[in-house]
Amino acid sequence: MDYDVLIIGAGMSGLAAGIRLAYYDKKVCIIEKHYRVGGLNSFYNLGGHEFDVGLHAMTNYVPKGVKLTPLPKLLRQLKLKREDFALCPQRMSAIKFPGKTLRFDNNLDFFVQEVIDNFPAQADNFQTLLKTVFGYDELNLYTNPISAREVVGSIISDPLLVDMVFCPLMFYGNAQEHDMEFGQFVIMFKGIYGEGFARPQAGVRQILDVLVRKYRGCGGELRTRCSVTSIQAANGRVESIVLENGEVLTADKILSSAGYVETMRLLSDYDPTGIEDKAGQLSMVEFITVLDKQPAEMGHETTIIFYNNSDRFDYRKPDDLVNVSSGVICCPNNFQYENSLPEGMIRITNLANFDLWNRLNEEEYKAQKAARLEASLNEVVKLIPDFRDSIVFTDVFTPKTIRRFTGHINGAVYGTPNKTKMGTTRLENLFICGTDQGFLGIVGAMLSGISMANLHILQKV
Amino acid sequence: MTKQEIRSVLMEIVAQIIPDEDLTNLKGDIPIREQVELDSMDFLDIIMELRKRYGIEVPEDDYKQLATIDSSVAYLEPRMRKL
Repeated sequence: MDYDVLIIGAGMSGLAAGIRLAYYDKKVCIIEKHYRVGGLNSFYNLGGHEFDVGLHAMTNYVPKGVKLTPLPKLLRQLKLKREDFALCPQRMSAIKFPGKTLRFDNNLDFFVQEVIDNFPAQADNFQTLLKTVFGYDELNLYTNPISAREVVGSIISDPLLVDMVFCPLMFYGNAQEHDMEFGQFVIMFKGIYGEGFARPQAGVRQILDVLVRKYRGCGGELRTRCSVTSIQAANGRVESIVLENGEVLTADKILSSAGYVETMRLLSDYDPTGIEDKAGQLSMVEFITVLDKQPAEMGHETTIIFYNNSDRFDYRKPDDLVNVSSGVICCPNNFQYENSLPEGMIRITNLANFDLWNRLNEEEYKAQKAARLEASLNEVVKLIPDFRDSIVFTDVFTPKTIRRFTGHINGAVYGTPNKTKMGTTRLENLFICGTDQGFLGIVGAMLSGISMANLHILQKV
Repeated sequence: MTKQEIRSVLMEIVAQIIPDEDLTNLKGDIPIREQVELDSMDFLDIIMELRKRYGIEVPEDDYKQLATIDSSVAYLEPRMRKL
């Protein structure tokens, strides 16, 4: 065997799994298709500007001293110090729906008060919801999926409040249209409302640098620009992995963060029956604008706004290229940094349709990026000060960009709605981690890698 | 290793895994998890650290024997005596 463990994909989950395994003396190699690590959560430079992709904010932020929540758990497991991520908490975020705004910061009591003030008739129901959420063991791998719409709808009787509560949780980590698995709902609820948002001053670079340095420091091997063309399977086991350059690698166990369907497609004996239709459908566009001033100078001090401007919040694949009627407005400047970021920036995320984007020819694609940016900006300036005259540079990423950098079928940001919580596959030594295992968000992704490495590799003697 | 040495090794491992916990009053005869905030993931790291440092394999079925410091010392003593 060349390795004890081969990990496919150097995103948050693959790197976290790699650190665990390398730290405990496993011979590990992570194979990453791109020259840069991160997968969905990465960074790039364009036109002299530095951009983050994926990560708007890290969820699950808790102040020093709080224990047993996902972030400190993760730090302990990865043998990292709290300071390593250099997280700066958010200022204030908001959920804006027609006629109602709910603000939230990193203090649950404040959000609860906002709900009570805006929906006084739902005050008791909301307390019941909190009890249900905080009494639920969302990390238990053995529970059956239940509908969050059903659970929450049976407690909260005002559909507007239900939609407002769901909106941020869906945009930040839900692969399913309209509904959400309740365990996922609880993970996101605790991570966003119960704990909160933070961002390193240097953005996602900071987190990835720390993970890569730690992984290499533990003796882990990382191969970038190296892609897997097939997983050779025989007798219910993975025998070897074939790389694009023709090289063949063997390992005792394989941990894939490429996605469930995506991993199955690599199998030499792949049978698409009952698998292909599991692929996720939800994709997004992001419009990134660089401004000539700090957004706060224009009176925009909110960190993240989750908005919906239409009658009902519709979290599904749109029939058009983009659905600008709901989305996320993130201002990376509006975190509590020691020094302000060099440039003002506003990022807008909307739901998008992969098939429609994929069908466009090069010219149409370019034209649509510009047209949809304008449409999205027109919608967003109804909610925040009009910043259009301050824009000095823009970039757009589409479902096609997501597919290119994550390999996800349909550019599905959060993968398949059918999560494989135990991470097992029909092959005894092939396991799934990351998005399709089912712990979501940045912290969730890392915990997924950790849990699967623990469960399927370290715990086995 | 003597029982005393094994005990101090264990205490050092626990301190390394949960650096933010105060272990000065940790009692040997009460489950560690009832005294400090140590979850199942942290507990696994005690086992992993024993493997990493001393090559000791603790099968999953024996995990419960490592609940307290005293029971851990008793379990590990025959396995670490010759180290």
